[in-house]
Amino acid sequence: MLIEVREVHKSFGANAVLRGSSLQIDAGEAIVIIGRSGGGKSILLKHLIGLLRPDKGSVRVGGVDIAELSERKLLPIRRRFGMLFQGAALFDSMTVAENVGFVLQRERHHTEGEIARQVLEALEMVDLPGIESKKPAELSGGMRKRVGLARAIVYRPEIILYDEPTTGLDPIAAGVIDKLIRRVWSQLKVTSIAVTHDLKSAETISDRILMLNEGRIHGDGPTAEILRSTDPIISNFVHGIPTETR
Amino acid sequence: MVENLRQRIDGALIGLGSFGMLAIEALRSLRYKRPTWLDFVRQLHFVGVKSQSVVLTTGAATGMVLCAQTYFQFHKVKMDTATGAVVSVGMCSELGPVLAALMLTARVGAAMAAELGTMKVTEQIDALRTLATHPVDYLVIPRFLACIVAAPLLTAEAIVVGILASQLVGVGLLGIEGTYYRANMIRYTAPSDVVTGLIKALIFGAIIALIACYKGLNCREGAEGVGRATTEAVVAASISILVSNFFLTLFLTRLFKGI
Ligand SMILES: Nc1ncnc2c1ncn2[C@@H]1O[C@H](COP(=O)(O)OP(=O)(O)OP(=O)(O)O)[C@@H](O)[C@H]1O
Ligand SMILES: [Mg+2]
Repeated sequence: MLIEVREVHKSFGANAVLRGSSLQIDAGEAIVIIGRSGGGKSILLKHLIGLLRPDKGSVRVGGVDIAELSERKLLPIRRRFGMLFQGAALFDSMTVAENVGFVLQRERHHTEGEIARQVLEALEMVDLPGIESKKPAELSGGMRKRVGLARAIVYRPEIILYDEPTTGLDPIAAGVIDKLIRRVWSQLKVTSIAVTHDLKSAETISDRILMLNEGRIHGDGPTAEILRSTDPIISNFVHGIPTETR
Repeated sequence: MVENLRQRIDGALIGLGSFGMLAIEALRSLRYKRPTWLDFVRQLHFVGVKSQSVVLTTGAATGMVLCAQTYFQFHKVKMDTATGAVVSVGMCSELGPVLAALMLTARVGAAMAAELGTMKVTEQIDALRTLATHPVDYLVIPRFLACIVAAPLLTAEAIVVGILASQLVGVGLLGIEGTYYRANMIRYTAPSDVVTGLIKALIFGAIIALIACYKGLNCREGAEGVGRATTEAVVAASISILVSNFFLTLFLTRLFKGI
């Protein structure tokens, strides 16, 4: 078991977002988490990497309860993760190359040439060569997202978290990203965990789907099975049928 | 009403606690982590070099008006030549460090709070954390070091410029005898007055950096959150500087002069 979330509760004031979510993920899996907008998918993802701490419950990564660790003790565990944020969250004071090479630069044991080569390689992987010296403000939303992806994969993490990797991209760019996520998963042998609304993309990038509903994991199964599920909540979501609740 | 008050007190205590945690984390980082010198130099340039015009103007204006006003009063009791001494001691131990720190708060503290606040609301701080970097190591320490290095230097500049400007006014404009002006100034200004001012500046520098970073890192959502964090940083740092200045005066005077 690589990641184990047990009965996690998280509220913001009176807004109970997670209400006893539990899930288990093995090393090497390709997972997609689906669920309504505002349902707490980003919040759940942030718990996996320790950006947020549960009010109740535990999050274990490789057997270690990360909710108990101090921010400083969490750092080596976070190094095993790469994360693509919903809004990319690029450092706007830095160039694209500095953004992508950030972790390598901070680790102090890579030469400049080596960093430049790896940055270039990562940017080529996301299909954006030649923009190294641009600032994030000069890029479109979709380009920013791909730079964020390059930043998350360049240091070869074991686990990659993607928060809506294809939202806001044109269908072709989205297809490219989906293929890329799949390729990163198969070539780099990472564990891939993505949050998305895009079921077409979910079909490409996942082997297993978890559905988050009302703060809990409602459905959990192989991708094809979930997409064909007869469970009313899941099938309504998959077919886009509005329900009475919320 | 009572409940409201209790909540506010609780909030204030929690805030004070997490501010203390930030200060402790900063000290821990200084002790165990190697600072990134490039970031430090960048911050030093921003805090030190770019604040010069503001701080020097403040120093000169203060020295001039202090000289004029002191002279107007002392002239009545025929103590014209003591003016220099008052200006010099006042600039060194009180006005130099306090006014330089207040100007730094407005220029540097506000900018720091706004910058970190914007990083916070655009999830750049979270991104930093996922990239295995502690925000205190990467963001707070370079700013903290830059402020505690730059504040005493800027204060020293403000004092020197203030005293020179006062001489210009006192001797040049108001006609005080120059030799006596300088002699009294040097006679009554102790080295401990200068040291007091520089120690204060160092502490004020630390206050500005820590409060600005704290307010930025704990910024609330949205553009409004950034605006509020900036305002709060400036207000909190200014008040802290003025209040701590009083206690520092008492403490340092006792330390150096035994009064
Ligand atoms: N920092 C925060 N403070 C208070 N409430 C928050 C915060 N972050 C998120 N929330 C609330 O938590 C809920 C879930 O947010 P989250 O971002 O996880 O949704 P999501 O499932 O990712 O939605 P989307 O698909 O639109 O990104 C929302 O109701 C949101 O208002
Ligand atoms: Mg989200």
